[in-house]
Amino acid sequence: MLIRHSRASDVLSSEITPHSVLLNRREVLRAAAATGAIAGLSPFMLSNTAVAASQKLPNVIKTKWTEHALGKDDKLTPYDDVTSYNNFYEFGTGKGDPARNAHTLKPKPWTVVVDGHVEKPGHYDFDDLIRGHDLEERVYRFRCVEAWSMVIPWVGVPLVKIIKRLGATSNAKYVAFETLADIEQMPGQRFATLKWPYREGLRMDEAMNPLTLMAVGLYGKVIPNQNGAPIRLVTPWKYGFKSIKSIVRISFTEEMPPTSWNMSAPREYGFYSNVNPLVHHPRWSQAKERRLGGPTNIFGFTPKRPTLMFNGYEEEVANMYHGMDLKRNY
Amino acid sequence: MRAEDKIFWVFKSIIWALCLLPLAWLIWLILNQGLTANPAEFMNRYLGEWAIRILWVALAVTPVKILTGWKQALRFRRLIGLFASFYVVLHVTSYVVVDQYFDWTAIWNDIVKRVYITVGMASFLILIALAATSWSSIVKRLGGKVWKRLHQGVYLAGIMAAIHFIMMRKGFQIEPFIYAGILAALLGTRLVPHLKKLKKKAAAA
Repeated sequence: MLIRHSRASDVLSSEITPHSVLLNRREVLRAAAATGAIAGLSPFMLSNTAVAASQKLPNVIKTKWTEHALGKDDKLTPYDDVTSYNNFYEFGTGKGDPARNAHTLKPKPWTVVVDGHVEKPGHYDFDDLIRGHDLEERVYRFRCVEAWSMVIPWVGVPLVKIIKRLGATSNAKYVAFETLADIEQMPGQRFATLKWPYREGLRMDEAMNPLTLMAVGLYGKVIPNQNGAPIRLVTPWKYGFKSIKSIVRISFTEEMPPTSWNMSAPREYGFYSNVNPLVHHPRWSQAKERRLGGPTNIFGFTPKRPTLMFNGYEEEVANMYHGMDLKRNY
Repeated sequence: MRAEDKIFWVFKSIIWALCLLPLAWLIWLILNQGLTANPAEFMNRYLGEWAIRILWVALAVTPVKILTGWKQALRFRRLIGLFASFYVVLHVTSYVVVDQYFDWTAIWNDIVKRVYITVGMASFLILIALAATSWSSIVKRLGGKVWKRLHQGVYLAGIMAAIHFIMMRKGFQIEPFIYAGILAALLGTRLVPHLKKLKKKAAAA
């Protein structure tokens, strides 16, 4: 009979670094050495995720989209509010659930599948997808379909730059996105709140609009898990649910792709879901919104304020919907 | 004081304390900036959820009597029901003052156009009417039979509250359906004595 006695000095199998991680580390080192940039190593390249979140992103470029450019009634929503009050049903349906539960998400290493009508399909490591692009700061209004809003200083890369690099072909009429589907990392997926994975999509011109951002950070730091780490979409003229989080797949399609909330309640959530104070959600008005952290009234609460057409981005986006019936194409 | 009455007063005090606890907790949260990033929404939902919970407890009194035979339970029913109405009043007050800030046009549009608010308001009106007619003197004046009929309106108020709760959630969420299931059980238990009577009749025939 063979009995294996374990000794304290034995190396546990769990302590042995998996081959894939080793390879990954080598790649990181090689890449860093190649660019001679070990000192200025991007925080993305540090393999420990818990350390990475809240880490400052280097070389973030200021753009014309600043807090100042938005106007005096659009003050930045405090960091704590932006990162503690979230809709991310993969981690629970309560607003505080994502901040409490999203620590199970592992945003590093992260692979994004690019497929469909595109010249350079493949499995892209997160770093490869972002590398070579400047990180830009964009201060945008964020309007949730539930009639609350924030002002958030995102950090990211305009989607149009990534699309151009990947080389979308002329057959590509839409871009479809998918969130990670992994019950271990996203415990909220045990419940059939929505059909997982979460899906979103944009028309090609919407995806190529200069406003559309692939965000990897906010407040100059690496994006926290509950806000959609490591990479999420930001389309500020659309309701928040269009800005899909924790993306693992980008597909270039010819047909309009199915989108999660539309699949769940087609009468309530359309494909476009542009912010529009004149077109109401069947269950509530969209005429007004509550700006979280905004000025308070005598009762100490923030009153609602009028919602702007296209969330105030009419100038940049209205031409894309010229001649379209926005009541029917909600 | 009889021993029975003493127990009654002890129970009554406990009910008072328990029913005021959610309000005390809310006040503590307000004083300590604990109402999340969206205080108006948090407060509204918090008060609505407690209104439903206490209403369900009030509706559980009769089933407790039916299943255990403990008739004294009925003596607490009015108090619990009044607390449910109290939280519904706070819930609606918070909707009018904190959420809509006296924007009566917006409130009217909500009631007319948004089905879940229409249903919720109807439930609120019924509960107010029942609270207003809960005095012993009114029971006497109306006569037990009429009063009982009137106060069976609480079943409708409960059902509408459950619908209101289900309708306000996005996607498929299990929680409001659990509440609806409990309500169905509470209302269903009331049929037990009737079914027993029918069985007896059938056996006698």
